[in-house]
Amino acid sequence: MSREDSYSIPLGPQHPALIEPEYLKVHLDGETIVDVDINIGFMHRGIEKALQQRTYMHDRFLIEKICGICSSIHTLSYCGAVEKLAEVDIPERAKYIRMIIAELERLHSHLLWVGIAGYEIGFDTVFQLAWRDREIVMNILEKISGNRVSYSMNTIGGVRRDISKSKAEELHKAIDKIDARIYHYIDVFTKDSTIIKRTRGTGILTEKDAKKYSIVGPTARGSGIFCDIRKDDTYLKYSTIDFNEITHKTLDIESRAVVRLKELLESTKIIRQCLNMMPKGNLSVKVPDIIPEGETIFHAEAPRGEILYYVRSDGTDKPYRVKIRTPTLANILSLKPMLKNQQLADMPIIVASIDPCFSCTDRVTLLDTKTGRTKTVDETYLKSLKRQ
Amino acid sequence: MLKSQLFRLKAKVLNHARIKSPWIMHFDATSCNGCGIEIIACLTPKYDIERFGMVEKGNPRHSDILLVTGAVSHKTKDRLRLIYDQMPEPKVVIVIGVCGISKGIYQGCYNIIGPIDKVIPVDIYVPGCPPRPQAIIDGIVKGLDLWKDKLKEEDKRKEEYML
Ligand code: SF4
Repeated sequence: MSREDSYSIPLGPQHPALIEPEYLKVHLDGETIVDVDINIGFMHRGIEKALQQRTYMHDRFLIEKICGICSSIHTLSYCGAVEKLAEVDIPERAKYIRMIIAELERLHSHLLWVGIAGYEIGFDTVFQLAWRDREIVMNILEKISGNRVSYSMNTIGGVRRDISKSKAEELHKAIDKIDARIYHYIDVFTKDSTIIKRTRGTGILTEKDAKKYSIVGPTARGSGIFCDIRKDDTYLKYSTIDFNEITHKTLDIESRAVVRLKELLESTKIIRQCLNMMPKGNLSVKVPDIIPEGETIFHAEAPRGEILYYVRSDGTDKPYRVKIRTPTLANILSLKPMLKNQQLADMPIIVASIDPCFSCTDRVTLLDTKTGRTKTVDETYLKSLKRQ
Repeated sequence: MLKSQLFRLKAKVLNHARIKSPWIMHFDATSCNGCGIEIIACLTPKYDIERFGMVEKGNPRHSDILLVTGAVSHKTKDRLRLIYDQMPEPKVVIVIGVCGISKGIYQGCYNIIGPIDKVIPVDIYVPGCPPRPQAIIDGIVKGLDLWKDKLKEEDKRKEEYML
């Protein structure tokens, strides 16, 4: 059936599961998805322009507010890029602290995803349990940084707070606890029949498609592609640390879930090594307000994939241009091949399986929707489909 | 006389039940997501907002309390207005986070047209960037009190109309 003869159903922009607004137009033949139009841009605020009007130091605070979930990886990349331009080397201890915070962020972000995935397949117990365990990470982050959401740890030239000995001990205890829970979730996602029925074999993304659409992060690793910036182009101290890059080859939603969960075990491994290897020393160095002329890029592995910062300086205290490319912008296109020929009821979990984060993505607007025959259904209808 | 007494009794029983089961809805009008995840955290075992009988709903036509995060952008403006209009009376609007109160950190971004109360009437403001879950719960409970008053007012109006 061609796109023109199909029914189309709008999904969004207000959707209870994804927190953020986005708009998907699904073309249907009966219950089967023929095609999907993606319309993003509800979260566009104009941050890149605003960054040009503020000084480098002020920008750091605005950059933290691009995304509340992965705030630390944004500042890590931005500070990394500015430090590269200013040619300063930050203290060793600061590098390890940055890594610890980045990995803790991955822990909380992936646990959040586990919960959302459970919610999307109508398994609320998983949602509640995963978010309860996530609070362990939030607690320890709050103890270290003073904040639950925007940690404000990275600054240009180093970090702002130390991890003292007593906090390091608490951190050790917390990640031991988390480790045990992660093994439990791996069990749940690979053995529980309710979950397997929804996740195994749905939302297939082949390796060829993944390469064609330049997919990054856990979504690509779930299709068996090796791509981890921590390994491919290491930054900070990742080269001295022993950890594995996780891939899984079943290509479906289960594959992505397993990749994310196993990655968490690697994250706790990294945190433990960092805590042991962390030398004593200063936390930050002074970086001059005026950054010398030049341009640079810095990329890092965010919880959702590769994040890239391009910073250009014209020799003043304000950047001439900051360009940000976040993982969801790359991954959102993978929804097209994933959703084709799937059931409408599977749509929420497939969309959630790429772990989309629109506040990161929507600094650019793209794609238009064409109207065919339209039939409007509301959220309750879609939800009622989902629970069956 | 009897008619109005009956009406009052019915309203009392209904209101008692409604106060114990308000349905909330979250709309994100261009935020950083920070407040959004704190609202979801409120639903989970540690903070457990469900003990007030609240359930998060996806449909504006079913919800009584609207939680809005973030400042309004050109693209979300109409949506926010629409969602507000679709909610049944009486309703309470709670803004969570400083960027919905005064644009906050997004001051000067070209696509941000203003705080929430520029588009829809707001009852309660919860400041913070993001506010802690405890603060959010406090705001929602205050919203409940307000909602109770609004329910009573509505009943009074109905009664006058009826007699
Ligand atoms: S108030 Fe702060 S944390 Fe909340 S949405 Fe706005 S910028 Fe994000």
